[in-house]
Amino acid sequence: MHIAKFLLKLGKLAWLISIASVFYGSQAWGQGKSFKDDMAERTRACTACHGEQGRAGPDGYYPRLAGKPAGYLFNQLKNFQEGKRHYNLMTRLVDPLSDAYLQEIAQHFANLNLPYPAPAMQSERVSAQVLKRGKQLALEGDAAKDVPACTACHGAKLTGVQAHVPGLLGLPLDYLNAQLGAWQTHQRKARQPDCMKEVVARLPSDDLVAVATWLSTQYMPSDSSPASKISASLKASWQCGSAPELSKLQP
Amino acid sequence: MMFPQNFWRNMAWLWLTVAVLLVLAIVLDNHRDLWETQPRPQNTYTPLATQISQGQTLLQIGNCMDCHTERGQPMGAGGRAFETPFGRVYSSNITPDLAQGLGTWQADDFWRALHYGKSKDGRLLTPVFPYKHTTLITRQDSDAMFAALKTLAAEKTQKPIPKVSESLDWPYNSGVAIAIWRSLFFSAGTYKPQDTKSNEWNRGAYLAQGLGHCAACHSPRNAWGASGEVNDFSGGLMPLVNWYAPSLVSVQETGLAQQSITEIALLLKSGRNATAIASGPMAEVVKHSTQHWPEADLRAVATYLKEEAQTYTGSPPFNKASILKSSGQFLSLGSKIYEQHCEQCHQAQGQGIANAYPALAQNRAILLSDPTNLVQAVLYGGYPAATAHHPRPFGMPPFILTLEDREIAAVLTHLRSQWGHQASEVTPLQVNRIRALQGR
Repeated sequence: MHIAKFLLKLGKLAWLISIASVFYGSQAWGQGKSFKDDMAERTRACTACHGEQGRAGPDGYYPRLAGKPAGYLFNQLKNFQEGKRHYNLMTRLVDPLSDAYLQEIAQHFANLNLPYPAPAMQSERVSAQVLKRGKQLALEGDAAKDVPACTACHGAKLTGVQAHVPGLLGLPLDYLNAQLGAWQTHQRKARQPDCMKEVVARLPSDDLVAVATWLSTQYMPSDSSPASKISASLKASWQCGSAPELSKLQP
Repeated sequence: MMFPQNFWRNMAWLWLTVAVLLVLAIVLDNHRDLWETQPRPQNTYTPLATQISQGQTLLQIGNCMDCHTERGQPMGAGGRAFETPFGRVYSSNITPDLAQGLGTWQADDFWRALHYGKSKDGRLLTPVFPYKHTTLITRQDSDAMFAALKTLAAEKTQKPIPKVSESLDWPYNSGVAIAIWRSLFFSAGTYKPQDTKSNEWNRGAYLAQGLGHCAACHSPRNAWGASGEVNDFSGGLMPLVNWYAPSLVSVQETGLAQQSITEIALLLKSGRNATAIASGPMAEVVKHSTQHWPEADLRAVATYLKEEAQTYTGSPPFNKASILKSSGQFLSLGSKIYEQHCEQCHQAQGQGIANAYPALAQNRAILLSDPTNLVQAVLYGGYPAATAHHPRPFGMPPFILTLEDREIAAVLTHLRSQWGHQASEVTPLQVNRIRALQGR
């Protein structure tokens, strides 16, 4: 009698153990499948808005991170911490992090080399006049206002320049407009001397919209990587605190 | 009813006398530094190098620079805004700048500010500066801190710092209001070591109650904005910041009584331990202050707090009626949201992933009766502090753009009713209040 009870108990226990182990095993397997101890996992908080691998967000506002120069990305992360750029969600995310870790995050996204989608804005939807003015500003600048072309600093192909100058292609129009507007109202700042602030101050709002619009209609060249340096040195009157290497080219 | 002939006149005199005495008492109370004997400074000549380095450590223990520095402005130059229910207060410049800072101050003036909450010019400081706690700092430590501050570069903020009389709301911006507040809620004092306790315990108590000013956040604030006693760690909602600083003594909230000294110290050193992560304002405290504390001081504070928790007899706020009674539909929405957005990191049984994502099952933070911190975490996501000890933390994305109030309330209610949890429901209104106040 006692032995029968004991065997019954043993049987129950065996069942419990086997069920529990299957359960535990499946969990462990589930973890192994999805979790990797790497930077992609550590930057989930970023890619939730900036898109998978930082390829740009779905709603046309969050800019692409992938492939931008690491120095530029690091400067932006610091700017949020230091109140030079304002977006509560970003500030709260970067506040607890150290410079070393922000540098690692910046480098992670800079190293990602992903294909670009076609421009979000089709040029047929914009007036020819706006496009003409935008193209002129981007490629030639405005000599009368002493405004250099975008290409003077952002690379001949506008794909950015190592290590601190971002590319201007493949960005949503809303984002470009918001950034130029923020510079206009001193909401966005770069390190002093702030050359972008000076450029924006010399142009009327219509021109800023025109150049942003033209940029957002452009196709990314097949080689989207940032240039290693700018092609011609800047005039002595232009100094950029965030990208001191631009001025070092002067004789 | 008949009164004696001079009744009203006598009454008037009586009340006038009472009023004059009261005013006199408040005035005397607020100027105790003028008639109390002051301890002499330790070293009136050039400070020693050891004194300076000691002072630097003390400044870090007190997290002084965190409040006295505005984003993107020079360290210690002040200008950081603090929102209070009574208006805004800006921190002051504590660099040796002659015009804005402590350039003309002597060690005696600095001592008076810490001990009596008074500026060099006699102005009564607002209690946003936690002098209820700094009053316990010894003269020796005060002098060391001052010596360290004197070694900073003299700096100014880009824009002038608004005065309290301009930034606080009427009538709280007047010296009279601050004087009355001080008479009600502040008295200068010193830390008196308890003979029955160990040196370590006393060191911990001195730091936690004084320089560390833990109770400035971890105690409830009354209607006048006054925090609890310096050794009241029963937890409090930080007004306007909207984070709940949990009770350090209750079994249900932080449960320090059951944790080892090493685990408690580890949370302060690295920003996390086996069961908890410092988030929100505490992550800031860990990043700027506690990760830099000397190991012995961390252990001292852990020893003191653990014993306070072990001997705590107060009961936590616990309302039986608030125990979960949500509709099935609400709960199944929560369960669906959990599967879609949470499960990948926190796992199906809420067990989390070791060394990356915290377990939610049996996590005290999930069960706090005040759900404020949970709402903050889901709306804004966030990283734990990156510390020398834990330099590359994993983070949580914000859900403010992807989930509605009702969905967030449902998933939090789901968490609070799973895995044997029994905590109150979170309502969409609670989520909405924090979303509306904090914005994007």
